[in-house]
Amino acid sequence: MIRFENVTKFYARTPRPALDDVSIEIGRGEFVFLVGASGSGKTSCISLVQREERPSAGKVFVAGRDLSSMSAWKVPEHRRKLGVVFQDFRLLPDKTVYENVAFALQVIGKKRHTIRLAVPEVLEMVGLAGKEKRRPHELSGGEQQRVAIARAYVNRPPILLADEPTGNLDPTTSLGIMRLLDQINLTGTTVVMATHDEEIVNQWRKRVIELDEGVVVRDQPEGIYDSSRPARGELTVSEA
Amino acid sequence: MRLSFVLAEMVQGLRRNLAMTVSVVLVTFVSLTFVGASILLQTQIDKLKDDWYDRVEVTAYLCPQDSPQPACAAGEATDEQVAALQAVVDDQLAGDVETVYLETKADAYEAFAERYPDGYQGVPLTEDDMQASLRLKLVDPEQDYAVVNDVLTGRPGVESVEDERAVFEPLFHALNRASILAAGLAGVMLLAAVLLITTTIRLSAHSRRRETRIMRLVGASTWFIQMPFLLEGAIAAVLGAGLAVGGLLLGVKYLVVDWLEQSVDWVAYVDAGDVLQIAPVLVGIAFLLAIVSSFLTLRRFTRV
Ligand SMILES: Nc1ncnc2c1ncn2[C@@H]1O[C@H](COP(=O)(O)OP(=O)(O)O)[C@@H](O)[C@H]1O
Ligand SMILES: [Mg+2]
Repeated sequence: MIRFENVTKFYARTPRPALDDVSIEIGRGEFVFLVGASGSGKTSCISLVQREERPSAGKVFVAGRDLSSMSAWKVPEHRRKLGVVFQDFRLLPDKTVYENVAFALQVIGKKRHTIRLAVPEVLEMVGLAGKEKRRPHELSGGEQQRVAIARAYVNRPPILLADEPTGNLDPTTSLGIMRLLDQINLTGTTVVMATHDEEIVNQWRKRVIELDEGVVVRDQPEGIYDSSRPARGELTVSEA
Repeated sequence: MRLSFVLAEMVQGLRRNLAMTVSVVLVTFVSLTFVGASILLQTQIDKLKDDWYDRVEVTAYLCPQDSPQPACAAGEATDEQVAALQAVVDDQLAGDVETVYLETKADAYEAFAERYPDGYQGVPLTEDDMQASLRLKLVDPEQDYAVVNDVLTGRPGVESVEDERAVFEPLFHALNRASILAAGLAGVMLLAAVLLITTTIRLSAHSRRRETRIMRLVGASTWFIQMPFLLEGAIAAVLGAGLAVGGLLLGVKYLVVDWLEQSVDWVAYVDAGDVLQIAPVLVGIAFLLAIVSSFLTLRRFTRV
C-alpha cells in the first residue's frame, strides 16, 4: 500500500538529511507505529506520502502509484485516498462539529444527500453523536481529535495517517483515541501512526518502524519502543 | 452543491474584506471611466471627421473686381484664367482632387440669398458683391494636401486659397490630446487597480488560510480552492465596470446631450448608444484585470 524505495529527503538550507536512504513497505490493512524521537523524520515520512513534500532521492509509491511522477493536477485525487490527523487537530473554529466534517466532503464536490448520510454515521462511529452542533472550543481535546478523525475518515479512505494524534492528550484520552484508530484499522483501513508515546506502542504490540535521525533502526512486527534505548547502530534491524 | 458552496464562500470572503472590496470597486470604477472617456473621445473625433470631411473643400477664391490684393492687380479673373486653372488641377492634381467645380458669382449669390434672405446684417447685397471660386473636393480629406495649396497659390486669377480643414485641425489636435491624456491616466489607474486587487486577494487568502489548508489536505481540486478568490476579484471589478458605464452615461447625458447639443447643434456627438457599445469592452477589461491579478496572487498562496 505504501512503499519507500531508498528515500532520502533534504530540506533547503539543512546539511543533514531528514530521511536518509529509507526503504519500507507497508501492506494493505496493516497498522504501523512510526516511532522515534522528535526530529527523527516521522512527519517527513507522512508529508512524503501526502505528497506535501517530494523526496530528494528515491521513490515513494502509494497504492502502486509512483508519487514522484504524479502530475500536480492529480495530487488532489491522490489526497482523497488519504485521511490525515494531526497533533493539533486543525479544526475550523467557526464551524460546528457537523460542519467541520461535512466541509471535507463539500470541498471535494460530494452530493448533499451523500453528506447528510455520511456525516452522522461517522460522528456516531467516533462517539460524538449528540454533539453535532458544538464548536471546537466547546469540546475537550480528546473530542476535538475525534472530530478530526471523523473528518479524515468520513470519505472512507483506504489509508489513514496520524501524526502524533495523542501528543496533546492525557494518557486516558489517548487510549480512547488509540482504540478508535484500531477500530478503523479493523475495517480494513491501512493506518500509519507516528508517535513517541512509548506506553501506547508497547501496550498495543503492532508493527513498529523506528527512525533515528532519518535512518530506520527498527522494523519489528508486534514490536516495542524504548525511547531510552542506546544510540543508533547498536540495535539490530529485523525484517517485518 | 458545488456552486452554492462556492458562492457562499465567496460572499463570506466579500463580507470579510468589505473595505478592500469597496476600494477595488472604486478604483476599477475610476480607471475604467478614464478608459471609457478615452475611447469616447476617439469616437467623437471619428464622428467629427466623418461628418466634416465629407463637406470640407479647398477653395481657391478668384480675383474679384477692385481687389486690394497684389495678386489681383490685373483685375477680375478672366474666363481664360479660370479655364487654365481647371486645366492645371486636372493635370497636376489629378491624384489628389476628386472633383472640381466653379462657383460663379451667381451661384454664390444664390447660396447667400438662401442663408440671409434679408441681406447681411441688414445690408442688401447684389450679385456683384459676391466672389467666384473654384471648389476642390479632395480624394482623401484626412491626408495632408499642402501640395494643392502650393500649386494654386499665386496663379494668375487666384486671390487666395483657403483650406477649410485648417479650421478643424486644432480642434482635432485638442481632442486627440485629451484622449491620450485620458488613456494615460487610465493606464496609471489600471495599474493601481491591479495592485489593489492583488492585495485584496492576498488578504482574503490570508484570512481563509485555515480553510484552504484543510481543502488541500482532503484533496479539493485547485480550481475549487481558487474559485472563491477569483470570483471575489471578478465580481468587485465587474461592479466597478458597471459603475464606470453608469458614470459615462451620466457624463454623456449632462455634458453632451444637455449642454453641448443645446449650445452647438450642428455637430454629430457621441451618445448613450456609443457608451453602451463600449460597455462590454469595459466589463471585459475589468474581468481580465481581476483574473490576471488573481492568477498572479493565487499561484503563490494556494498552491497544491
Ligand atoms: N520544512 C522543513 N524545513 C527544514 N527542515 C525541516 C522541515 N521539516 C522538518 N525539518 C527537519 O527535518 C528533520 C526531521 O523532522 P520531522 O520529520 O518533522 O521529524 P519528527 O516529525 O520525527 O519530529 C528535523 O531535523 C527537522 O528540523
Ligand atoms: Mg513531527
